[in-house]
Amino acid sequence: MRSDHGQIAPLGLKIAASFGLLFLHAPILLIFVYAFTTEEKSYQWPPPGLTAQWFAVTWNRPDVWEALSLSVRVAAISTAVALVLGTLCAAAVSRSKFFGRETISLLVILPIALPGIITGIALRSAFALTDIPFSFWTIVLGHATFCVVVVYNNAVARFRRTSGSMIEASMDLGADGVQTFRYVVLPNIATALLAGGMLAFALSFDEVIVTTFTAGQQQTLPIWMLEELIRPRQRPVTNVVAMVVVLVTLLPILFAYYLTRDGDQIAGSGK
Amino acid sequence: MSVSTVSQYSAAPAILPAASGMRGVLSDAFWRRPKLLLLLMLLPPVLWLGIIYIGSLFALLLQSFFSIDEFSGLINREFTLKTYGDLFQAANLDIILRTVTMAATVTLASAVIAFPIAYYAARYARGRWKALFYLAVMLPLWSSYLVKIYAWKLILAKEGILTWLFAKLNLLWLLDAWLSLPVVGGNSLSVSFTGTFIVFVYVWLPFMILPMQAALERVPGNLIEASADLGASPGQTFRNVLLPLALPGIVAGSIFTFSLTLGDYIIPQVIGTSRLFIGQAVYTQQGTAGNIPLAAAFAVVPIVIMGLYLWMAKRMGAFDAL
Amino acid sequence: MTPAVSFQKVSRHFGAVKAVDTVDLDIAPGEFFAMLGPSGSGKTTCLRLIAGFEQPTAGLIAIFGERAEGVPPYRRNVNTVFQDYALFPHLNILDNVAYGLMVKGIGKAERHKAAEEALSLVRLPGYGERRPSQLSGGQRQRVALARALVNRPKVLLLDEPLGALDLKLRENMQDELKSLQKVLGITFVFVTHDQGEALSMADHVAVFNDGRIMQVGTPRDIYERPRTRFVADFVGSSNVLPPDFVQRYSGQRRWGSLRPEAIRVVKSTRDDGLSARLVSANYLGATTRLALDADGLRLHAVVPAGTSLPEEGEALVLTFNRDQLHLMDEPA
Repeated sequence: MRSDHGQIAPLGLKIAASFGLLFLHAPILLIFVYAFTTEEKSYQWPPPGLTAQWFAVTWNRPDVWEALSLSVRVAAISTAVALVLGTLCAAAVSRSKFFGRETISLLVILPIALPGIITGIALRSAFALTDIPFSFWTIVLGHATFCVVVVYNNAVARFRRTSGSMIEASMDLGADGVQTFRYVVLPNIATALLAGGMLAFALSFDEVIVTTFTAGQQQTLPIWMLEELIRPRQRPVTNVVAMVVVLVTLLPILFAYYLTRDGDQIAGSGK
Repeated sequence: MSVSTVSQYSAAPAILPAASGMRGVLSDAFWRRPKLLLLLMLLPPVLWLGIIYIGSLFALLLQSFFSIDEFSGLINREFTLKTYGDLFQAANLDIILRTVTMAATVTLASAVIAFPIAYYAARYARGRWKALFYLAVMLPLWSSYLVKIYAWKLILAKEGILTWLFAKLNLLWLLDAWLSLPVVGGNSLSVSFTGTFIVFVYVWLPFMILPMQAALERVPGNLIEASADLGASPGQTFRNVLLPLALPGIVAGSIFTFSLTLGDYIIPQVIGTSRLFIGQAVYTQQGTAGNIPLAAAFAVVPIVIMGLYLWMAKRMGAFDAL
Repeated sequence: MTPAVSFQKVSRHFGAVKAVDTVDLDIAPGEFFAMLGPSGSGKTTCLRLIAGFEQPTAGLIAIFGERAEGVPPYRRNVNTVFQDYALFPHLNILDNVAYGLMVKGIGKAERHKAAEEALSLVRLPGYGERRPSQLSGGQRQRVALARALVNRPKVLLLDEPLGALDLKLRENMQDELKSLQKVLGITFVFVTHDQGEALSMADHVAVFNDGRIMQVGTPRDIYERPRTRFVADFVGSSNVLPPDFVQRYSGQRRWGSLRPEAIRVVKSTRDDGLSARLVSANYLGATTRLALDADGLRLHAVVPAGTSLPEEGEALVLTFNRDQLHLMDEPA
């Protein structure tokens, strides 16, 4: 919506919008306070005292490290797979109009459009029918599937902005297909792919619903947290982990935003 | 470049020979057959999504037509509609109804809270503020889902900040009165439907703001001025001009909030009562009960509801706002 | 002499659409050749056929005697200046210009030196460090030109290169392109829908309509002796005269054309002239352009400024020299 002259918003609207934003952000900020509380047994507010000792305790917890390491490995491999599949798909779809193009766009978006529990139980059913045992790779299989769409959205937006005559110009100047890809196409989509990759990583790193259906005894960091949420046993450690997770996911999002800030936005529908 | 250097090169051939080596051969082959290149590009993603994802959805559908042997607990791989019949037991119908009601109220509340933010961002925020608003919605959207739920567990706990706030404001009686209500009440907010509802609204709110803002961005500002100019009160302008124009965005956002609420099982498990939602039913049926067929049949319910919902949304033109 | 570009019965069909339909064409080496026509007439497709972006559905294409069908663009020693310039946004100006040499494997120092020289040639020395987004439209167009010329192509293709520039800049670039072409001696093939541009710059002009070439000739040929009504109408806004009218003056029942400046206007009534009515007069500076109605036939005349004219709507008499009346090939 555009109004030509800078206008002052009505007070009521300002208050309502501020409360909305406060509602969105205050709970996350609260996490930072709780990471320093001295209270171990309950969620008491205000905290009876502040301490940094839980950071050291968390640092020395092997189960947290194991869960973190599994999450990072799963996210890295899923992101790599999603980057390849998403870019190929985006390139094909924006390169030419072909029969079934709409269907392919739908196919890519479907895993994120349907509730996570459906993707989860569908994969679970398929593993059950085909007798595939749960493993690291069943987790990756699920994560890569819903990460494709994030890379795809970013790449498609960039391809749309890249003029087709640039590829022709490159070929006209003597570059063959491989050279054109390397010197023109890749540099032009690189930041979009980086942004897509970051978001895919963040998405996978945080995913819990599909993972509960595709992981056996393996514990990713979100699964570890989920256990704590349902049966709290070590509240201070959970507080610290929660704060670290907020910070770790914040960075790739900000960086992805920075990479794509002019023109294509990081698609909210990507999550 | 001087004239002489140009004439030096005029002896060059007009058509250059094909490059030798892998690169030259590959480039020429793909240039001659662009369809082949297209096919090769599409093949990996289509195979992956087609086999793994669509294949799994079919497996899900297939499972829902199997049944479980009540005595042995083994899955009977014979086609039957019995499992779907089980959905219509009173307890299961209850679960479905409860989930749909929750999804509808969550969607409504999200729309009400989202509107001022989206409207402000679309109409008044400019330049740096606009970017800041965008980030202010994107960051909570992308921050960890579990951490967000955890934060609410802290807030809603009996000893938590909300009770403390009510006490400070001398409003504890209000909180207690609310908690003593049937259905929405409970021992504390974190074990009540009210708690579940608040967390649902919180977690899905950004998904409502973004499409709503996109729809409002497209409403020319002078339309609102024109309405005011013609003597409409702010309320009339909102009802007769703004709301109809924002509606496609609201419907688009509601697709997210509705679908996500239908399929979620973690929020009601962490914050809420022991009464189940569809997602929890799916999870417990496939897990502890080992009844994958019933879990699959339950999972088909949101698909059918969302199918109906999308069909109606499409008729209202919601997809132009995505 | 081998033509620089030769088309023999070349067609390019897109399904049922005949973008280019059995075109025969010879472009001589070292000439400035213009392809003129309205949009959708097939001129740009012809250019793309020479560049290699399109392949003919039928017919033969030769570049300097070498067969070009099925040869990809990157193996043709032909370069294009694109309508939207198509500069690479991720490279600076110097690397844009040096791109063609880079992919041919020429070392950095050498290709940068050549690119710097090419930039001087288009009067943009020292612009190498800038980005395409930092240049004006006219400057980008010069960079596009330098980027093509640095490869010393056998043929340079220009796709409406002046279309996006404003009038003043366009006139400057016309002169510059023309003199560059003379100095370099490279064959230029220039696509445009602006007949003034084509006539003033080209050695030969091909007029396109509906995927076919209507007429090829020198600008003077095209302007003074159009072969068909379309050419007469599209180029230079000649008066197209119907066969009945032409028969009265020449004795032949053919379509004819008469240039506006060939018509003289006499105010008084005389019986050897053609009586007409003045519909409107537009003052154009050095000349005045008249719209006339001669018994239902609409004519245009251009008279020197200062000619005394009757009021609009008044009767007058037109005369013209009979040998100025050009008979077209198109049958009645």
